Amino acid sequence: MSWRNDQFSALFDPAGIIVAGASTHPGKFGFVVLHNIISCGYQGNLYATNREGSEVLGRETLRSISEVPDGSADLLFVCTPAATNVELLKEAAAKGVRAAFIASAGYGESDAEGMRRQDELVALADELGILILGPNGQGLVSTPSSLCAQIVAPYPPAGSIGIASQSGNFVSSFMNLSRQSGVGVSRAVSVGNAAQVGVLDALEFFAEDPHTSVGLIYVEGIPDGREFAERLGAVARRMPVVVLKGGTTASGAQAAASHTGSLATDDKVFDGLCAQFGIVRATTLTEAFDCAAAIVGQPLPRGPRTAVVTTVGGWGVVTADALSQTSLELVPLPDDLRDTLDSLLPPRWSRSNPIDMAGGETKDTVPEVLRAVVGHPDVDAVIMLGVGIQSNQGALERNGPFYPEHGLERIVAFHDRQDRRYVETAVEVSVEFGKPVLVATELAIADPANAAVAAMREAGRFCFPSADRAVIALDQLNRLQSWRERRGLPPFSS
Amino acid sequence: MTTTLSEAQSKLLLQPYELPFLQERLVDTALQAVTAAEEIGLPVVAKLCGDTIAHKTERGLVKLGLRNAADVNRASEELFAAATDADGPVQVLIAPMVSASRELIAGAVRDPQFGPTVLLGVGGILAEAISDVVVRLAPLSAIDALEMVESMSSQALLGEFRGEPAVDREALCRVLLALSGAIIESESIVSIDLNPLMIVDGLPIAVDALVEVDELLEEGIR
Repeated sequence: MSWRNDQFSALFDPAGIIVAGASTHPGKFGFVVLHNIISCGYQGNLYATNREGSEVLGRETLRSISEVPDGSADLLFVCTPAATNVELLKEAAAKGVRAAFIASAGYGESDAEGMRRQDELVALADELGILILGPNGQGLVSTPSSLCAQIVAPYPPAGSIGIASQSGNFVSSFMNLSRQSGVGVSRAVSVGNAAQVGVLDALEFFAEDPHTSVGLIYVEGIPDGREFAERLGAVARRMPVVVLKGGTTASGAQAAASHTGSLATDDKVFDGLCAQFGIVRATTLTEAFDCAAAIVGQPLPRGPRTAVVTTVGGWGVVTADALSQTSLELVPLPDDLRDTLDSLLPPRWSRSNPIDMAGGETKDTVPEVLRAVVGHPDVDAVIMLGVGIQSNQGALERNGPFYPEHGLERIVAFHDRQDRRYVETAVEVSVEFGKPVLVATELAIADPANAAVAAMREAGRFCFPSADRAVIALDQLNRLQSWRERRGLPPFSS
Repeated sequence: MTTTLSEAQSKLLLQPYELPFLQERLVDTALQAVTAAEEIGLPVVAKLCGDTIAHKTERGLVKLGLRNAADVNRASEELFAAATDADGPVQVLIAPMVSASRELIAGAVRDPQFGPTVLLGVGGILAEAISDVVVRLAPLSAIDALEMVESMSSQALLGEFRGEPAVDREALCRVLLALSGAIIESESIVSIDLNPLMIVDGLPIAVDALVEVDELLEEGIR
């Protein structure tokens, strides 16, 4: 379907955009989308039409698409009333437009007349060779083109998560989590009524897209379940896919004459097909984003053997408990690794996994221990806890009444440096040994400026806000990798 | 419209798939029942079977734990007497009495959205309440079948259990693959219940089978 992918390229990386129905009223979609496209830095040609030809945001507008120079725009963003859009589409096609995002409502979601209009629009688009997203969608984001063609915020940082959703609000939610964590987005689209193409079509484009390394989708209705499963499965073999599904508690509508039929609820079937086709199924919004963010920029674990490393006590034990409920295994410390750690750590360290460093010994202890643990052949993955503590105290001191006197300036800088080093080491050894090292601290939310959190953000890696969320994500990653291994599929290249 | 076949018809339909059914006999008289029971080996179970009888337990048409010829004779006479005109022609089925402390359920169902699926779960009277059920789309690969078994929450139930050996996972996988084959190959099959799938000496035994078929598609089969 490469013609389709060419159309998706026009959608996400347009050489020029026409905003049809630009409005002078700052509360209207036709104003907001133009505002967002300009404000977020889109560099291509930009045209806006307005019935009266009024200036919008200080820009001249055109009274009609016919005034757009031929071949200078390939994306049409439509905010005009449904009744006028057929004409718009024809004019746009004549100008060389290959993709259109229809934000307008009043289609299939409204009434029978709306459905008729929607069918008419799709038939015309098919005839004209135009890709239609929507109608009744919120828009799209494409960071490689600095494009925020949306009727809502936010515009996320650039990255490689590709988002497609049947609900525009979930696109916003995922992108807000992207802003919070710094783990960025490549493309995002809300498919609205999915009249012509839907979430799967976008996902199939993402699988071909060099800017996207993981697909994150939200779905509710699945009209043709079998086709959905098979197409989703085909994508999932090539690119990690994380799916969040709404409406899972709705019971199966099957006439359950059989016991099997009554037990095989829709949710169990969906769960089963995800497990069968190597699709990461998340149960909550945050879990979905966590999994996608964890996959970005670090390898999947080659096996379940996990070490939990903490700078000081407490967290490790609870994390080990959480781990025991999953596919992961708290690896018993190999003798040679214990010997190595004995030589690095004070005698009060835990001497077992979870590895509690008991505060360490010298300023080099934590990085040295991390390197030894991550580098050990019996360890497949590491969860690193207790970072950011020192710089958290540093922040209190820096903002307190005594700073920078009493030696505070020097110690605060030292704390920040140390925490930054811990995290940088975690990233460094993760890359060097090809193993996931998941860092977790609630400071990810409590204080995004914390040195450890900031260093993770700069490295483009997800800093988990809690150890239990890291465990859940790592469990999903491990199950995905073992699914691939069993089927003889190579690891994803990151 | 769908119709649920009798146990005997269901097992006949599933015969090509080598599911682990018990050795059983259909008989027409109480006397034949006694002979069959002695040949199969006591104790036995007797069930009334007819083309229109699907849900036997609810009507008391299953007699368990028949330990001697007299028991078999009396139970068979009661069963024949319990048949109503609506049941049409009936026979009594004599099967070995097996008991197991572990009961699973296995089945297949043609899902209206997702097409043919295969199911494995914890069976018995608590099946719905426990709802430890794993589903996959058919056709299953051998890996899919193995992963179904591994995905059940009640793994302790599949290990060594109350002095009985662990469940033979390969044998369990063969059941799942057979169900997958049946629902893929026979378009008329709407659902298959193997309930209970008893675990006897670690091996799955399908004590009962009920197949639901699409009446229109099924015309060709009869």
